[in-house]
Amino acid sequence: MALKPLDNRRDLSIIADLVEPSSRVLDVGCGEGELLEILATKRNVDGRGVELSQDGVNACVTRGLSVIQGDADQDLGDYPKDAFDYIILSKTIQATRNPGTVLRQMRRIGRHVIVSFPNFGHWKIRVQLGLLGRMPETDTLSDKWYETPNIHLCTVKDFVTLCDELDLEVVQGLMLSGGTVRHASNPGFFDNLLAEEAVFLLKRR
Amino acid sequence: MGTSADISGDQSRNQEEQKLAFEMVTFQSSQPLRLDSGEDLYPVVQAYNTYGTLNADNTNAVLVCHALTLDQHAANVHPATGKEGWWQGMIGPGCPIDTNRFFVICPNVVGGCQGTTGPESINPETGKPYGLDFPVITIADMVRAQVQLIDHLGIDKLFCVAGGSMGGMQTLEWASTYADRVYSAIPIATAARHSAQNIAFHEVGRQAVQADPDWHDGAYYEHGTRPRKGLAVARMAAHITYMSESSLFQKFDRNLQDGEEFTYGFGPDFQIESYLRHQGSTFVDRFDANSYLYITRAMDYFDLAAGHGDSLANAFKDTETRFCVVSFTSDWHYPTTYNKQIVHALNAVAANVSFVEIESDKGHDAFLLDEPEMFSTLRGFIDSTAERRGLG
Repeated sequence: MALKPLDNRRDLSIIADLVEPSSRVLDVGCGEGELLEILATKRNVDGRGVELSQDGVNACVTRGLSVIQGDADQDLGDYPKDAFDYIILSKTIQATRNPGTVLRQMRRIGRHVIVSFPNFGHWKIRVQLGLLGRMPETDTLSDKWYETPNIHLCTVKDFVTLCDELDLEVVQGLMLSGGTVRHASNPGFFDNLLAEEAVFLLKRR
Repeated sequence: MGTSADISGDQSRNQEEQKLAFEMVTFQSSQPLRLDSGEDLYPVVQAYNTYGTLNADNTNAVLVCHALTLDQHAANVHPATGKEGWWQGMIGPGCPIDTNRFFVICPNVVGGCQGTTGPESINPETGKPYGLDFPVITIADMVRAQVQLIDHLGIDKLFCVAGGSMGGMQTLEWASTYADRVYSAIPIATAARHSAQNIAFHEVGRQAVQADPDWHDGAYYEHGTRPRKGLAVARMAAHITYMSESSLFQKFDRNLQDGEEFTYGFGPDFQIESYLRHQGSTFVDRFDANSYLYITRAMDYFDLAAGHGDSLANAFKDTETRFCVVSFTSDWHYPTTYNKQIVHALNAVAANVSFVEIESDKGHDAFLLDEPEMFSTLRGFIDSTAERRGLG
């Protein structure tokens, strides 16, 4: 559904580590099922997926994963409250039409919510936009402005603010930059400046 | 697998002749088939075919449910037509439903005409074929008869129930009403309720049969006639709904049957006309017109949500069955939207469901054809499900 170059998914193993073994998980925007497969084999998770691209869905089902064709914006309303222990949106939120609505649905369906996204507050992006006056292109956001599926990019700070408005408590915040991961449950100015990507584990307040 | 078929003496000779091609079991008055209409039906002959071997703990059985005009000959040469089985690519050694691993059962539905009791069978009260005295049956009745067969075969829980079109309806009925006896379910190109459009096409077919003077109010067996023309028209109309506009275009376009000139008459000028006439005339050789009326009626009555407070999700409440729903892009008869309604309902009860829409230009019939993507996704689903079931 969103941008997911296979060689740039270090968030997946970090997400997998946040999930308790043997739990029930829904991966929204599961692509070809990379995360679901990691969760199934390493964490013995009962995993389901939703994926927009039919090719992705068919690839998942062929791999033996339980995945349906669907849309984060439209299809989350079907699921009952507390249907899953974890609901995951990995590098997908920036491509949804209504990120607030999607997060609200996730808050209802999952006891825990995990979201990863590219941080638009990273200094390289700020430099490209602020000093060079160009739409940023980075390793994590490599599409041209006219080709990108990402219509709702946000910074770490923006995201935390939205979570607060939606009564979602940050249980863990993980700032990814280069090969390093920093813990920041209450990310500050430098986290927002240095993180290329962020992963948040959230729960209802 | 050999089953002691308890054939009652008054079966038609036709069935005796076909005896070698499939197996039969008869349920007598001690085990009547309780119908939705309130009637008890007996005796009921259940004709079926099996492929593969049942394992020691009876856990590897796959029930395959057939569509409207098909029968128990899913993976063997049809004894009457000489054609290969209708799901030959799906069932067999090394196929997605691998007969080296699974014991496959394919019964002919109640109301059918290939050995299972239907309107063509002898009514024990009159000694003549039932005709319209045969009770109206439903999809649930078909499944109830299959439950008797599965019990008879000593199978408590089916590893999988699978079927396309009307076979998908039976699959859904199984998964809803007998959830604890179905480990996994594969409804394909189907619907949880028959739509007004579906019913409309069926009614055209039924009216065509009933308009044929050879139908004799369903008692044509006694008149030595068959409503061939009416049934052929019914089949022609139905056949159009099984194909997509693009497959008709690719196969026939406006091509003429003979030569390059119109005949300025009403013969089959166009190839599509000739094709439909052929479909109609070969169909009447293998299918009973009254069966066509009864089975289309059963499909029209099907509405799984109706028995569950008009909530399809309630029909699957607390299900532990693993589902794989399949639809086809060019199927306008049972389109993706109908199949997605099933998926939405299953999501609403947080059921374990996969859903694939297969890109195909073959229309509704795609589920019967060589569709590599359907085979590969179903193989993935079945293999991973078998592993969970300990059938690895």
